Amino acid sequence: MITGVPLSWYLILGAALFCVGVYGLLANRNLIIIMMSIELMLNAVVLNLVAFARFMEPARITGKAFAIIVYATAAAEAALGLALTIAIWRTEDTVTIEEIDLLQG
Amino acid sequence: MPQNPTLAWLIPVGPFVAFAIIALGAHRSRALTKVLAIASIVQAVFLSQVMFWRTVRAPGVERAALLKWYVLGTEGAGLGVYLDPTAVVMVAMVSFVCLMIFVYSIAYMRQEPRASRFFAYITLFAGAMLGAVVCDSLLVLFLFWEIMGTCSYLLIGFWWEKAPAANAALKAFLITKIGDLFLILGLVLLYTQVGSLSYAEVFSAETVARLSATPYLGGVSAATMAGLLLFGGTVGKSAQLPLHVWLPDAMEGPTPASALIHAATMVSAGVYLMVRAFPLLMVSEALPIVAAVGAATALYASVVAITQNDIKRVLAFSTISQLGYMVAAVGIGAYAAALFHLITHAFFKALLFLAAGSVIHGIEHGHQHTFGHAVPPHAASPDFSPNDMWKMGGLAFRMPLTALSYLCGSMALAGFPLITAGFWSKDEILAQAWSLDRLVFWVLVVAAALTGFYTSRQISLVFLGAPRSRAAVYARDGGGVMTTPLLVLALFAVGLGWLGIPEGFPVLGRLLPGWFSPFVSLSVPSLGAGQHALSEAHAVAWQPLALSIAFALSGLFLGWWVYARRPITGDEAQADPVQMAMNKLRLPWLYRAVQERLYIDDIYRWVVSRPAVAAATALSTMDRRVIDAPIVAFGRGFGQAGQIAPAADRLDRGLVDRIVEMMGALSRLLAQIAVRIDDGLIDGIVKTTVNASRASSGASGFFDGGFIDGVVNGIAHLTGALGRWSRKMQSGQLPDYLWNAFMIIILLAAVLVLLQRI
Repeated sequence: MITGVPLSWYLILGAALFCVGVYGLLANRNLIIIMMSIELMLNAVVLNLVAFARFMEPARITGKAFAIIVYATAAAEAALGLALTIAIWRTEDTVTIEEIDLLQG
Repeated sequence: MPQNPTLAWLIPVGPFVAFAIIALGAHRSRALTKVLAIASIVQAVFLSQVMFWRTVRAPGVERAALLKWYVLGTEGAGLGVYLDPTAVVMVAMVSFVCLMIFVYSIAYMRQEPRASRFFAYITLFAGAMLGAVVCDSLLVLFLFWEIMGTCSYLLIGFWWEKAPAANAALKAFLITKIGDLFLILGLVLLYTQVGSLSYAEVFSAETVARLSATPYLGGVSAATMAGLLLFGGTVGKSAQLPLHVWLPDAMEGPTPASALIHAATMVSAGVYLMVRAFPLLMVSEALPIVAAVGAATALYASVVAITQNDIKRVLAFSTISQLGYMVAAVGIGAYAAALFHLITHAFFKALLFLAAGSVIHGIEHGHQHTFGHAVPPHAASPDFSPNDMWKMGGLAFRMPLTALSYLCGSMALAGFPLITAGFWSKDEILAQAWSLDRLVFWVLVVAAALTGFYTSRQISLVFLGAPRSRAAVYARDGGGVMTTPLLVLALFAVGLGWLGIPEGFPVLGRLLPGWFSPFVSLSVPSLGAGQHALSEAHAVAWQPLALSIAFALSGLFLGWWVYARRPITGDEAQADPVQMAMNKLRLPWLYRAVQERLYIDDIYRWVVSRPAVAAATALSTMDRRVIDAPIVAFGRGFGQAGQIAPAADRLDRGLVDRIVEMMGALSRLLAQIAVRIDDGLIDGIVKTTVNASRASSGASGFFDGGFIDGVVNGIAHLTGALGRWSRKMQSGQLPDYLWNAFMIIILLAAVLVLLQRI
């Protein structure tokens, strides 16, 4: 069993993951990659959650249960996002966000 | 016993690491990809051989808990290895067959532009299978099981440009998922009952006894329930009735992938699970069901195989049939025999698939030779299928090495007596069936005869007679990289059976005493002794042996007699002698039904797919007509409200102006009448009146035009300007929104920090 990894490492990893996600979100033009970046950010948050649960309340599973619920929600969200992407692909023939301007007034 | 347990977990790690390296960048170099793939599997072969021989020398169970995987409060699960003789035999087989397939793939995928991707997939696949074999708990097994499912999806759909391949991949994935659902339900049940999923705890004698005594749903014991649910996973993964439909379609993948999925890895995983779970199954009431499903599958698939015309589809159905043998063997309690057949089958079926791939390769080569090299492989003209056995024939002298190895594999499949591995393993199953369940025995022995029949049909059509197409005339063996794995596997397809010769067998039994069954029986200590005694007892029974030899040979002979006694000249499937005979007997419908796999696929299409599509269409209509309609109407209403300002303008210009003008005109008319009537009478007064009324109409016209119009138009302009200004914020560009959100968050964070400072 791996022990001795302090809490801060997990938090740093979470923050780094989150930043990668933000960068991916802002720098990419492909809708799919943007969705993946969003998932990455979500995972970074869940990582924090689990790390805190592990270090603050190791005897209880509340934090981990929350993480599982977040994952279930994330799965639903990803399904919804993919469905939207497919719908956009069908109508616009592209998933490049700069070419999608249906919302433009 | 646990001398150095850290060695075993390295077996699956190599392929996983290789996969990661390939996926992360090495795929750009094809040579590097191949080297990595081969090196990782060579490492696995080496380690598994070390483990294998060590366990052979000192039989026993090697267990090591490596690390805690996760902890949830007081619950948790670990990762570890569990190497008993069963696992050791499996891991030796899997790694070795994988190595042969990998080497062969180098030659087979030479012209494939996406070869790196292929190697990445098969490496991951091999790693997952090795992991599933060495792991120490059902949960980890399930994990690797699902990785294999994903890999099979990727590999079957490897040529996804072809619609049938993409569909077959989806079909395989979804149908095995049905089985996986049962499996995970079984795991949940076991976890709630036992509190752990590690083999050592779930399958220990005490736990199993307790499970069989625990009542569950409707008087069925928990053991039976769990056994049936686990068996559901096997039905999906090992393509048993009624979830077998994915396997024949899965032939759309590249041939090495077929060999990997259908011989060495995935489908064996289902049987391996049954063998693993045998202590649990043994005490449950699920075994008769397992036996029935296995025997029915063995018979069904061997009947259907007779009517198939695609060289790989015949092999696909023979795989289903042989898996049925293994499942039936587990069902009657002969799990060591099942495992033995699993091992020999893996070798000869991998051999058959690879040899069939070599035949296809040769036919494609011949096709290119005939029609020029402009025809790319796998994208040949639609009327040319390199898999069609009716376009082959006479390949024995054109592809001698392929033909030789194919013959070895086929004879092993058909159970040619004494010299092939398939004979010994099949005989072991049949012998056990004879003493344990006579009905299963008869079903299996009939299936054995049918196996002989379709095997010699295939050999006759592919290798004997005269070529029936120009592509077959110019077919040639592949290079050494392709033929060497074939010959090595052929050696094993013949020789491996000698490990399992029953001890009581005359002459041979004393020369090469059976080693496999007692060795594997050590895996289940609680029944090892009894099982061993059983195999001793049956070893002298000559009736099953004689019957199995007689049925296999008669099947082989009959196939030869029908298909090769007189050379077949027609190059269409209608020339099939069996089909013609059925037509003569006025039973063409029966032949068609068998050829269409007894319409099981069509039944699924009508019962599952069509209603699902119909329901989706109905829901979509409902969505558009009922839910969207009010929203759309609402939106349209807003759109019309936006038209109000111009409408007011129009009202103003149209109605108010008209009234004013009418008033003016009326007064003018009145004035004129007055002028006419009272021209000379009160001219001065009248003129004044007329002037006044003119002035008033002019003033009201000016008021109307200047003030009221001004206000109305002003509001309209203001609204328009506001809209134009605010629409600039809505660019419709996602990055703009994201940047806005990002900036606002940064701003808010800055404000928060500042506030805290103050």
